[in-house]
Amino acid sequence: MEYFIQQLVNGITLGSIYGLIAIGYTMVYGIIGMINFAHGDIFMIGAFVALISFIIFGLTGVALPIILLLVLLIAMLFTACYGWTVEKLAYKPLRGSFRLAPLISALGMSIVLQNYVQVAQGARVKPMQPLISGGLEFFKNSEFIVTVSYLQIFIVILTIILMGIFTYLITKTDLGRAQRACEQDRTMTALLGINVDRTISITFIIGSSLASVAGMMFVLYYGVIDFYIGFLAGIKAFTAAVLGGIGSLPGAMLGGLLIGLIETFWAGYVSLEYKDVAAFSVLIVVLIFFPTGFLGKPDIEKV
Amino acid sequence: MEKKDIIQSFKDSLFTGLIALALFGPIVGLRTESKGEGLFITPQWGLVFLLVGLCILGRFLINLNSARKTEITFFSKFTSKFSVITEDKAKHFAITAILFAVVFPFLPFTDRYFMDVAIMILTYIMLGWGLNIVVGLAGLLDLGYVAFYAVGAYSYALIATTFGWSFWICLPLAGVFAAFFGILLGFPVLRLRGDYLAIVTLGFGEIIRIILINWYEVTNGPDGITGIPRPSFFGLPFKRSPDEGETSFHLFFNLEYSTMHRIIFLYYLILILALITNYFTLKIRKLPVGRAWEALREDEIACKSLGVNPTNTKLTAFAIGAMFGGFAGSFFATRQAFISPESFTFIESAIIVAIVVLGGMGSQTGVVLASIFLIGITEMFRDLEQYRMIAFGGAMVLIMVFKPKGILANRKPTILMHGDKK
Repeated sequence: MEYFIQQLVNGITLGSIYGLIAIGYTMVYGIIGMINFAHGDIFMIGAFVALISFIIFGLTGVALPIILLLVLLIAMLFTACYGWTVEKLAYKPLRGSFRLAPLISALGMSIVLQNYVQVAQGARVKPMQPLISGGLEFFKNSEFIVTVSYLQIFIVILTIILMGIFTYLITKTDLGRAQRACEQDRTMTALLGINVDRTISITFIIGSSLASVAGMMFVLYYGVIDFYIGFLAGIKAFTAAVLGGIGSLPGAMLGGLLIGLIETFWAGYVSLEYKDVAAFSVLIVVLIFFPTGFLGKPDIEKV
Repeated sequence: MEKKDIIQSFKDSLFTGLIALALFGPIVGLRTESKGEGLFITPQWGLVFLLVGLCILGRFLINLNSARKTEITFFSKFTSKFSVITEDKAKHFAITAILFAVVFPFLPFTDRYFMDVAIMILTYIMLGWGLNIVVGLAGLLDLGYVAFYAVGAYSYALIATTFGWSFWICLPLAGVFAAFFGILLGFPVLRLRGDYLAIVTLGFGEIIRIILINWYEVTNGPDGITGIPRPSFFGLPFKRSPDEGETSFHLFFNLEYSTMHRIIFLYYLILILALITNYFTLKIRKLPVGRAWEALREDEIACKSLGVNPTNTKLTAFAIGAMFGGFAGSFFATRQAFISPESFTFIESAIIVAIVVLGGMGSQTGVVLASIFLIGITEMFRDLEQYRMIAFGGAMVLIMVFKPKGILANRKPTILMHGDKK
């Protein structure tokens, strides 16, 4: 039982990270109907920016909460630039062309970003000293002590806060309304005087910022990154988005949590080597029974 | 051009520079290096300013150019000329290309390096043609094609090392295994639409790779399988000194021993395999099943109402595509004599899909051009090992941006109604 709770806590932490990345996928898919393959690499760049700023601020000796806040903002800002540029360079010229073209462009962009970081930062793994240590211990009398580290609490709380802000942004503001309108009908939205290109750019900026937060969490949680982390994390986050129903924002978060939990429990109870297989197998099984994911809208085929 | 325009484009360039500074500043400018305990930062501001300067200059030149309304860039001019030539004279081009491919090993400038590159390009052409059946004809996006390539390579390697059977028996077996895996995967997932199918096939590719890494007893894990037998020329091995009671290729034909013999043989082998794939595709397009694929690609609902069973039709496309992937895989295994899961990563699938789409989906000639172009680019940058993949990815983006339908945008239906214009 105690072991189960420990895995649950770990799974929720991991799920938060996946969920934040998944939102980027699902938003972009919702608005322009493409799989943004480079999103996983945007997450990786976010992790690198966070790592670099952690090192710089680590030297100044500022208090920890201020460092965390500063790094968060810096990572979001610089990573958003990447998201924006990628959209401008690789996807915008392809708007309105046939469906596979942006996908291939995204694949190319993903390869470019990955190798660019490899060249610029070196291929070696980058370790980082843990910044937030310690935690709360439960079930001290039993054999297995459940530890909830402060870092895990930080990650989950930060995710909840960001989700709150984000939900407010999408449901209550003009920007969110414009964004949802673009999802439904881009031509009509443009006719009503909304700048569709700008809305799409902002979607990419929001998605990239959330991914960069996930990147920062990843650096803190695992303490080691390299240029290749974006690939697997990206695929799993995309799996999460599909699992929750692509295009649906609560679905992305739900899917992220599910993938995180499935992976952790599989690694904890079945086998560590095949934990990545678990996520994909679940995806295949879910898609066979719920072809549009858990919270996705069923799409009606029209002639 | 007016002065206002120049100022405008100058401002625009400065903005580009600002963005470039934000992009390159942290990632290029602050290089993290591990020294002893922990990480340290080495600044590289010179490089950053160089890159930012280049971006500003580039943007300014583009602005000047577009102000003069010369929209057609060199690139699209070049490729459009290209597609005119090949679409008009596709047949001549194909014959010339095949003739060139046949005499290629005996041309005076051909050396070992050229042969290796040519074999690699032909392997990708074959894989591209195989995937073209799935993506180009049936319109199913398969991002895990490398899984079938891997299944082919591993089944060839395992059968050949365990039973010692010859290449010509193992090759069809490898194809059958790969096709079997294609059906195994295809059966549950082919009901899914476009992007879902893409992601599931991608997941399948990863599953196969993870199994290859972890199933140590059979696949030897990350160490891979070594000592895969080389193919022989109808029973004549390519060895300097053959075993007792054996004749080797150079003794039989009374030639001086050269390692090139084997390379040339491998070259013709893959050329023939690729041409078989091409011939098969061209023929099957004219059969009912091939027509059903193309019809499904264009309109699934119309097909259903005309009594075409979409699942079975897609399944045949998937299985046949997988089979050719398996053939290519066993060729790869016999050429390398060593395989490991590292050769079958997602990037391979991405390259093959890129070749098919960049070539213009469904165009057989396009696959050839795209393979030569993409593999050629990575080879040109071979000395700059690190920048190779950047150039590769950049080429993918550029071709898509300038020619979204691929180098040869050829999506003519194979069959036309009477009276339709050609």
